[in-house]
Amino acid sequence: MSLHFTGEHEWIRVQGDVGTVGISNHAQEALGDIVFAEVPESGRSLNKGDEAAVVESVKAASDIYSPVAGEVIEGNAALADDPALINRDPEGDGWFFKIRIADTAELEGLMDEAAYREWVTTL
Amino acid sequence: MAETSEILHTLPLDAWHRAHGARMVSFAGYSMPVQYEGVIAEHDWTRTSAGLFDVSHMGQLTFHGDRVDSALETLLPGDLQLLKDGRLRYSMLLDEDGGILDDLMATRRGDHFYVVVNGATKHGDIEQFERRLPKGIVLDYMKEQALLALQGPRAAEVLETMAPGVSELGFMAGDAFTIAGAPAWISRSGYTGEDGFEISVAAPAVEALADSLVAHEAVKPIGLGARDSLRLEAGLPLYGHDLDQKTTPVMADLQFAIGKRRRAEGGFAGDMRLLAELESGAAQKRVGLNVEGRQPVREGALILDLEGNEVGRVTSGTFSPTLQRPIAMGYVATPLSAPGTALKLEQRGKLFETTVAALPFVPHRYHRKQGA
Repeated sequence: MSLHFTGEHEWIRVQGDVGTVGISNHAQEALGDIVFAEVPESGRSLNKGDEAAVVESVKAASDIYSPVAGEVIEGNAALADDPALINRDPEGDGWFFKIRIADTAELEGLMDEAAYREWVTTL
Repeated sequence: MAETSEILHTLPLDAWHRAHGARMVSFAGYSMPVQYEGVIAEHDWTRTSAGLFDVSHMGQLTFHGDRVDSALETLLPGDLQLLKDGRLRYSMLLDEDGGILDDLMATRRGDHFYVVVNGATKHGDIEQFERRLPKGIVLDYMKEQALLALQGPRAAEVLETMAPGVSELGFMAGDAFTIAGAPAWISRSGYTGEDGFEISVAAPAVEALADSLVAHEAVKPIGLGARDSLRLEAGLPLYGHDLDQKTTPVMADLQFAIGKRRRAEGGFAGDMRLLAELESGAAQKRVGLNVEGRQPVREGALILDLEGNEVGRVTSGTFSPTLQRPIAMGYVATPLSAPGTALKLEQRGKLFETTVAALPFVPHRYHRKQGA
């Protein structure tokens, strides 16, 4: 299992060729109270950097981009009724979707956890 | 807005906000607190207890001179001659075509008028007043004056302990008090739909006042984020979003602010157009919108009729913390403005079901006195 982060504050936790994607604790803090999330449906095929999900706070809407290319195998159904789950547990139960990764080599361009945590302290 | 490239001004309470954990953002040319613990918690706190807002970015003006009420009436459509001493009136500064340059609160205070205008528009307003008011009217911009608002069902109880007698004020009335050792002008008014007060004090006295207020267990500081969701639930328009120079008081459904005598006599900027709009209706009208589902629909979204024709635009929208669903405001063609009318909204290529809602979304709880 490995954990990677993007410069747009998404994380992807990888086991085999399946990645679980969400937003970082830093991102949920910056967004504030989340009142709506829309996750992709299973079967949808995504390219790296595609708009995959939408998250809305009281103030503003933000797009969530796919960190890698692949096919969505599950969206987190719990977020429809309880979008605040993203605030409470952004890097755990507040995940957005699971994706079957087309090419795991794409993960090499992402930050590892230590690099990401270090980088956000500079923002 | 031209101010984006200018230096960001700081509020007298800048350090105080930071010390209380505020996240600061740029707004109306000032660095201002957008939230402390979180928008929803602050919103709910204001609806159930008492929230403290720093609105010192707003422009506090006084107007002195002979027949100052009649002079102001040339630019504002309200009946200011009828306004009693110590009473406030909501009004608008109009251009010569009846377009809204700003919305404001005007108070008769003895021999002069005290007027509070929006922060983002205050410099333009001052220019307009100075250019267009009759000679002999003297405008003073009270730059060194801070303004706080205490809003919520426990506001009167809290403020009465600090400024005895303040709870005797009725909605839209004000008076001079001493609070936290400083002279203050306090009015029973606000921008949340709740009972509450606005407190004008000299900037050097505002920190001690803010400290005394939050020392009460019922009071917490509230940021701009909750200020916006509270005013939207209360159906109150925000200048620069729900009101601008292309809108008129009749389009904005604010015709209550055009006094009865003013309707009969005219004699204010844009009177020909506004009296005609009062007679036969404006082409568009500001309405509330209940939005189906959970996703907020925001400023700029298109409003469509059921055949898909564009009939207006959303000017404000958010997720209502009180109602737990999205609400919005916008302008629609007047024939489609009746509450209950089914429409559609289009935002980023996605369609939403909506119906026109009567405003406010959340009932006002102002402290109205009998006969006031």
